Amino acid sequence: MTGPGASTTPAALPTRAEEPDGYGAVPLETVVAVARGRVRRTARRRVVLVVLALLVLAVFATSLVVGRTVYPPLDVLRVVLGEDVQGASFTVGRLRLPRAVLAVVVGLSFGLGGVTFQTMLRNPLASPDVIGISSGASAAAAFAIVVLGLSGPSVSLVAIVAALAVALLVYGLAFRGGVAGTRLILVGIGIAAMLESVTAYVLSRAAEWDLQEAVRWLAGSLNGTDWSEVLPATAALVVCGAVLLSRTRALGALQLGDDTAAALGVRVEPTRILLIVAAVGLIAFATAAAGPIAFVAFLAGPIAARVVGTNGSLLLPAGLVGALLVLVADLCGQFLLGTRYPVGVVTGVLGAPYLIYLIVRTNRAGGSL
Amino acid sequence: MSHPHVVHGGPAGPAADHTLEVLELTVGYGERTVISGLDLIVPPGRITAIVGPNACGKSTLLRSMSRLLGPRAGRVLLDGRAIHKMPAKEVARTLGLLPQSPVAPEGITVADLVGRGRHPHQGVLSRWSHADDVAVAEALLATDTTALAERPVDELSGGQRQRVWIAMALAQQTDLLLLDEPTTFLDVSHQVEVLDLLTDLNHARGTTVVMVLHDLNLAARYADHLIALTEGRLHAAGSPAEVLTEDAVRTVFGLESRVITDPTCGKPLMLPIGRHHSAPAVRTA
Repeated sequence: MTGPGASTTPAALPTRAEEPDGYGAVPLETVVAVARGRVRRTARRRVVLVVLALLVLAVFATSLVVGRTVYPPLDVLRVVLGEDVQGASFTVGRLRLPRAVLAVVVGLSFGLGGVTFQTMLRNPLASPDVIGISSGASAAAAFAIVVLGLSGPSVSLVAIVAALAVALLVYGLAFRGGVAGTRLILVGIGIAAMLESVTAYVLSRAAEWDLQEAVRWLAGSLNGTDWSEVLPATAALVVCGAVLLSRTRALGALQLGDDTAAALGVRVEPTRILLIVAAVGLIAFATAAAGPIAFVAFLAGPIAARVVGTNGSLLLPAGLVGALLVLVADLCGQFLLGTRYPVGVVTGVLGAPYLIYLIVRTNRAGGSL
Repeated sequence: MSHPHVVHGGPAGPAADHTLEVLELTVGYGERTVISGLDLIVPPGRITAIVGPNACGKSTLLRSMSRLLGPRAGRVLLDGRAIHKMPAKEVARTLGLLPQSPVAPEGITVADLVGRGRHPHQGVLSRWSHADDVAVAEALLATDTTALAERPVDELSGGQRQRVWIAMALAQQTDLLLLDEPTTFLDVSHQVEVLDLLTDLNHARGTTVVMVLHDLNLAARYADHLIALTEGRLHAAGSPAEVLTEDAVRTVFGLESRVITDPTCGKPLMLPIGRHHSAPAVRTA
C-alpha cells in the first residue's frame, strides 16, 4: 500500500510529458496488436455480412423461380430485366417479383427496427412486435382499410401515426422518473393484447369480411402483394434505414447506459427520440404493407448476434437476417406444408418458442425481465 | 492546449490546465432539491475526493459537474464556460465520467468496449483511425489490461472489469476524469489497485481526477483535496488533514470517532467508535 506521494508507476505507463502529441510513449507492438484484433473482428463481421447477403439473394432468386410452375432461371432473369416472356411475365413479373421484393423490404425493416429497440432498451424482449407497436400499426391499418375505406399511402400514414402514438403511450405509461425496462415491456405486452383484439373486432365488423385480409392484419401475409404496396415501404426503408445507420455509433454508446452515453458526448434524449421515430417508421410502413409478420423484429437481432458475435453494430446483420427470415418463411408457408400458410403463421411458430425460452431464462436468472 | 484559467498546477504533469468550477449550484430531480447553492473549485491536476453520507448528493453533484444533469440555478464552469451550454461532444473531449453502474453489452470484448470511448473523437461518417487505435492501446497499457483485450467483458473478475471501464474512459483522452464510486463492489486489494491506478494517471499525465468515494480513509489517503457534503451542502473542502476531523465526522456522518495519523502515510485515519467496542479511556474522553 502506498500513498499518492510514493506511488510506483508501472514501466509501461505512457506519459504525455515525453511527447507533445501524447502518443509517442505507446509501444508500437501494442498498437499493432490492437489494430490486428480490430481488423480480425471486422473481417469476420464482413464475411458474415457477405454470406447473409448472398443467402438473401439466393432465396430471393429461388422464390422467383419456384412455384406451381417452375420457370427456367434464364426466363426469370429476362423478366426481371424487363423483357416480355410468354407466360412468365405475368406469373413472375406481376405475382412473384413484387412479393419477393416486399419480403426483402419488410424483412429488412422489421430487422432494423427491432434490433434498434432491443439495443436501445438493452433487452431482447423490448422489440416493437412484443411491446405493441406492430399491433398498433396493424390495428390502425385494418381500421383505415375496412372502416374508413382508405387505400395506398394514406393507410401507411394512419399506421405510422398510430404506431408513434402507441410508442408514446407505452413510454408514457412506463415512465416513472426514468423508464425501467421491465415495466415498459409489461405495459407493452398489455397494450399489444388490447390492440390485437381491436384488430379482430374491426375485421369482424367489416362488411366485406375476407379471410385473406383478416390473416394479413392478424398475423402478416404477403399474399396478393402489389407494386403499390411495395413502394411506400421501400421509400420508408431508404429514409429511416439511412437515419438509423447514421446513428450506429450513438446507438453503440447508448448500449452502455444513458449516463455513460451522455459522458461520451451523446445527446441522449434527442438521439433516443430520433432512433424511436426512425424505427417506428420502419415498423409502421412495413406493417401497413404486409401486416405484423409475427416475431421477425423480435428474432432478427438475437439471431444476428449469434452469427456475427456482439462486437460492432447489429443493425445491418439484423436487417439481413430479417429479410432472410421473411423470404424463407414465405417459401415454406407457400410450398413446404401442403396448405398455403401466410408467412406470419410460419414466423409465429418459429418465434413463440424463443419468447418462452427468454421468459423462462430470465425467470431463472432472478425474476427481472 | 493552453487556457487562461490556471489556478495552480502543483507537482502534477503538463496536461492539467483545465478548470472546473461550481457556482451557487442548485439541482434536483422532480420536486426534490438535492443540492442547493453549492460552490466549489476543483484543483487542476490534483485528485479530489467527494465524501459524505448516503443520499447527500454526491452522485448528483458529479452528474451535474459533467453536464448530465441541468442546474435549476447556478452554473458549472468548464474552462470558464457554462458547461450546460457547451456542445456535448466538445465537453466529452475534455471531461470524462465513469458512472457508478455502466452496462456492458452481453459478449462484448474488452477491446471493443474500450474503443467505444473514442465516440467524442469520431464523426458520424468518419472511419476508425490510427489515432483511435493508438488511444485504445494507450488506455489498455495504462490500466494493464492489454492481455485481456480479446476476452469478453462478462468473463472478467470485478477488479478487472473496473480497470476495463477505466480504460474506456481513458480512451476518451480527457484531461479531467470524474468517477462515481469506482471502488464499489471491489474487495480491499482491488480497491487499492484501482486507486493506485488513478494516482498513476494523475502523476504521469496530470489528469485531474474527481471521484466520489464511500470509504473515508481511502479518500483521505488518496486525495489531495477532500470535499465533504452533507444534505446537499458543502460542509468543508481542503486538504484531508483540514477536512477529516473528529468534528467533521460527527457533523457530516453523525458518528463519534477518533482521527489519528495514519502511520503508513501520514494522512488522517478515522476510527469509528460504535456503542460496544470502545475502551473506557475513549468513552470518557
